[in-house]
Amino acid sequence: MSRRVVITGLGVVSPNGVGVPDFLSSIRNGVSGIRFMPEYEQLNFNCQVTGLPEFELSHIKNYIPEVALNGLKAISIGYGIKAGLDAWTDAGYTMDSDQPRWETGCIFGCSVGDTAVVKNVINRVDARESKKLGSRVVEQIMNSGVTAYISGRLGLANRVTTNSSACATGTQAILMGYEHIKHGLAKRMLVGSTEHVDSYIFGTFDSMRVLARKFNHLPEQASRPMSASAGGFVPGSGAGAMILEDLDFALERNATIYAEIAGGASNSGGQRSGGTMTAPGPGGIVRCIADALASSNINARQIDLICGHLTATHADLLEVQNWGQALDRKGDDFPLINSLKSMIGHCLSAAGSIEAVAVVLQLMHQFVHPNLNLQDPHPEILKLISADKLPATMVKKEINTIAKANFGFGDINTCLIFSKYNHT
Amino acid sequence: MDRREILEELKKVLAPYTENKEMLAGINEQTDLINDLKINSANLVDIIIDAEAKYNIEIDMDSSEKMVDVKSCIDVIAEKMSVRE
Repeated sequence: MSRRVVITGLGVVSPNGVGVPDFLSSIRNGVSGIRFMPEYEQLNFNCQVTGLPEFELSHIKNYIPEVALNGLKAISIGYGIKAGLDAWTDAGYTMDSDQPRWETGCIFGCSVGDTAVVKNVINRVDARESKKLGSRVVEQIMNSGVTAYISGRLGLANRVTTNSSACATGTQAILMGYEHIKHGLAKRMLVGSTEHVDSYIFGTFDSMRVLARKFNHLPEQASRPMSASAGGFVPGSGAGAMILEDLDFALERNATIYAEIAGGASNSGGQRSGGTMTAPGPGGIVRCIADALASSNINARQIDLICGHLTATHADLLEVQNWGQALDRKGDDFPLINSLKSMIGHCLSAAGSIEAVAVVLQLMHQFVHPNLNLQDPHPEILKLISADKLPATMVKKEINTIAKANFGFGDINTCLIFSKYNHT
Repeated sequence: MDRREILEELKKVLAPYTENKEMLAGINEQTDLINDLKINSANLVDIIIDAEAKYNIEIDMDSSEKMVDVKSCIDVIAEKMSVRE
């Protein structure tokens, strides 16, 4: 199994930048995409800030046929189409194809079908008007709608599916695409994930009292991973996507190679030994990181940067402890660590894919993006690692290997190891 | 509304469902919705829903199944409008 898997295209719809150039500029400069939502104040939410991309469905009018766009209402599908097709063209491919592309598949993750579309269904059915719903509803409430739109536009005809594993969805989609190519079952995979947190999804998290509620009028300061003043996460929306290719296939067509996926792993803590429906157990996390390293033949000492899950809850401390244990590194010896959530909030099922796009950009452009709102690192975290491992401003540095992980409800863990592409 | 007027209005109903705007502009009673205008068969349902709103009529299931070309669309719409009047 000597196949190598490389990344040749990127696409992103992020609260702090739509499209790779804007997103890159924002993550370099520490630009927040968190904003106050007057509507959420009206709805009596505890948390009234969110990360929302500057995006409307009209922005994809050149991406899909007019007939398809006319009936499209699902914003999460729109994000996915934009990110997915941008990644495709970024890799140097044209969208049109008369023939099925048998060698290319798509795994695009999604947690929930569009709830605004679902709401319309509920209202119509309850009013005994189901026959007014039309033909375009099912494809927008099905979780796999985003994958169906993307693969239909491009003619993708290898494995085509949607995965769903809560906040681990995005990293898991990338891992599954990687494994599919690694096993020789496809030459190319379009992978990513999407999430649109509308008021209904937002409300369900708000009621769990896990969201940041003390910065409603200072939205850019609301998401504070690893800080002593972290008081819950800020939900965000968007999508991230990348094109994965078999290295030999990419070299044959002289593709620009952005980075390599060295390996990865996904597991569950089994909701045992500290793991629950809503909290990851340490055993599963440590094992997942160790498995990811083993699969990539990367030594823990080679990790230059950890792009964590780090949502700005009590779990941040636990996560840093687990990284320390899995890598057997601490204090001055610990890698740099950052959380994109400090800029865009927690994009739930899209978190892993948007954050992975940021990982690849940091490898390509050799920098470490800042952690916003980290003037007061959590004192218990500072007992584990040196303060200079928590950059509050952008760091220019040689970065060869990055470990990226996300942890989701259901005690699901996924860790990916990305490395700078080196021909040898 | 005579058949010619219904046809002109029908063009507006069909517009969101076909990429072939040139052919749509020149449709006649013989034009087939699926074969000529390349409308996705699943969208025939949406066309019926839109036609109901446009002409303020109700199209029952049996009638809707007949609506596959411009002629049959006009037949059904004209019939339902006459019932309404």
